[in-house]
Amino acid sequence: MSDAATPIGDEAHARQVGKFKRQDRIFQFVTMGFAALVLASLLGVLLSLAMKAWPALSHFGPSFLWSNVWSVPDNRFGALIAIYGTLATSVIALLIAVPISFGIALFLTETCPVWLRRPLGTAVELLAGVPSIIYGIWGLFIFAPLFAEHVEPALQSVFGDVPLLGQLFAGAPIGIGILSAGIVLSLMVIPFIASVMRDVFETVPPVLKESAYGLGCTTWEVVRHIVLPYTSVGVIGGIMLGLGRALGETMAVTFVIGNSNRIVGSLFAPGNSIASSLANEFAEADPGLHISSLFALGLVLFVITFVVLSISRWLIRRNLGSEGI
Amino acid sequence: MDLYRRRIWINRLGIGLSMAAMSFGLLALTWILWVLVSKGFSVLSLDLFLKDTPAPGSDGGGLRNAIVGSGLIILVTTLVSTPVGILAGIYLAEFGKVSRFAMATRFVTDIMLSAPSIVIGLFVYALMVVSMKSFSGWAGSVALSLIAIPVVVRTTENMLKMVPSSLREAAFAVGAPRWAVSLKVTLRAVKAGIVTGVLLAIARVTGETAPLLFTALNNQFFSGDMSGPMGNLPVVIFQFGLSPYENWNKLAWGGALLIALLVLGVNIGARFLFRQNNKS
Repeated sequence: MSDAATPIGDEAHARQVGKFKRQDRIFQFVTMGFAALVLASLLGVLLSLAMKAWPALSHFGPSFLWSNVWSVPDNRFGALIAIYGTLATSVIALLIAVPISFGIALFLTETCPVWLRRPLGTAVELLAGVPSIIYGIWGLFIFAPLFAEHVEPALQSVFGDVPLLGQLFAGAPIGIGILSAGIVLSLMVIPFIASVMRDVFETVPPVLKESAYGLGCTTWEVVRHIVLPYTSVGVIGGIMLGLGRALGETMAVTFVIGNSNRIVGSLFAPGNSIASSLANEFAEADPGLHISSLFALGLVLFVITFVVLSISRWLIRRNLGSEGI
Repeated sequence: MDLYRRRIWINRLGIGLSMAAMSFGLLALTWILWVLVSKGFSVLSLDLFLKDTPAPGSDGGGLRNAIVGSGLIILVTTLVSTPVGILAGIYLAEFGKVSRFAMATRFVTDIMLSAPSIVIGLFVYALMVVSMKSFSGWAGSVALSLIAIPVVVRTTENMLKMVPSSLREAAFAVGAPRWAVSLKVTLRAVKAGIVTGVLLAIARVTGETAPLLFTALNNQFFSGDMSGPMGNLPVVIFQFGLSPYENWNKLAWGGALLIALLVLGVNIGARFLFRQNNKS
């Protein structure tokens, strides 16, 4: 207190204030610089990928996107095989993950006893934290053999004779391929979608739900007619977030997709996604067109996920306010 | 009465299916963990930490070079991403607020949180590996930092936003400059939250494999030289897991168990710490 009581001259006071102002300006400048660094990283990614991809893109032209040749000996490259594998695995993953995530979110917000909510919610979040390489190695050694022995023959015997649909399940049941990759991928994205859905379900005002219950609605009717319409935007945002994750996932897919550069109509057939092609070929790629084409694949992947994630963020923010993901 | 019964049954079906979904999720978690423990536990021994990765087809060996390499890469990542993330987070919470620049930074942070990590690896390859003409531990650390920084930025900003403005105003009222208010008052008030964020970021990058594939690459020998290719656990698991050699596969399971234990441990620790501090 004695310090504060000591009178200081106007001049000294002004000097002190001036010093503080200068320090503050430096501090603001420094923190802003680091924020700018984060901003620059995204631009850097886009720019460097575009530069490295340019030789391939200019050599093959726009047909790079829909050419289905990927041949290192012929030095001819097209993205269609990898794009097909990426989209097919992601679509399968979402078909499985969305209903299950919805069920989990519904259980956690509506029917779960209160004392169980926290531990079960934490378990779902921990599942999201398991590194994808664990899913990959589990998929290759445990899931794929079981799948080849029990599930694929069963699918074949049920759908094999159905016209058109049978095509999807043709070929040798080896347990490694597009379908297996999609299923392992779905396990990976369930926790992400489920936790976003749970968060948006919790934003429904209790008064709305209570009025519906008061009118005699069942839990299912409340979810179907009150919760879902109220949160539909956020739910779609959560699904898009899962899609963004699934499209770019590398390890869970690379282990089980089979690394084959052909498009076969069957879901049992091995294939390649953009991420798995990069993981398998990049470190040993020939300099020149091969490596440039791989960069072009990376650019395609980044642009697709960027669009999907931007839409997802916009939708989720609209529902959750500024709290975000 | 018929309509009433139908509604009851539809409700039971819906609730039943949602319970089935929940048990499916829990079952998947326990199955994966159980497989990890049963396959990896037999490999856990002192040799795993004291011996280097074996040559293809040979017996024995351990993961010492990979464990040390991963440790070094993650240490550098933490040292880089913590200050960068915290300072950027301070800017967003204390200075930027709703300015256009801050909004753009927030948007980019959110995208980078979920961006495909293999693309980050491509970027760092183009940025560092090409110009340094060598795969290196430094490049691996930069790639992982790009993944860790958004996590730290996000938690720092969210935590700082929870500080009541009366605390800031009180500090301003006694004449503190803004930098002192940020660093000595608000940041201290949310210390536990920020430590949680850093721990979550470490957990996130510990298992990341894709960005290391073409940055740190791998090294079958023990090396503490960050400017050369460096062994690391995720890439070793990837290569050994996909190899035809039984001994390598076994080591991959051991490595997978180590990583899973580490990641889950750090995750649980971070949650525990945060809850503990928010209680008092």
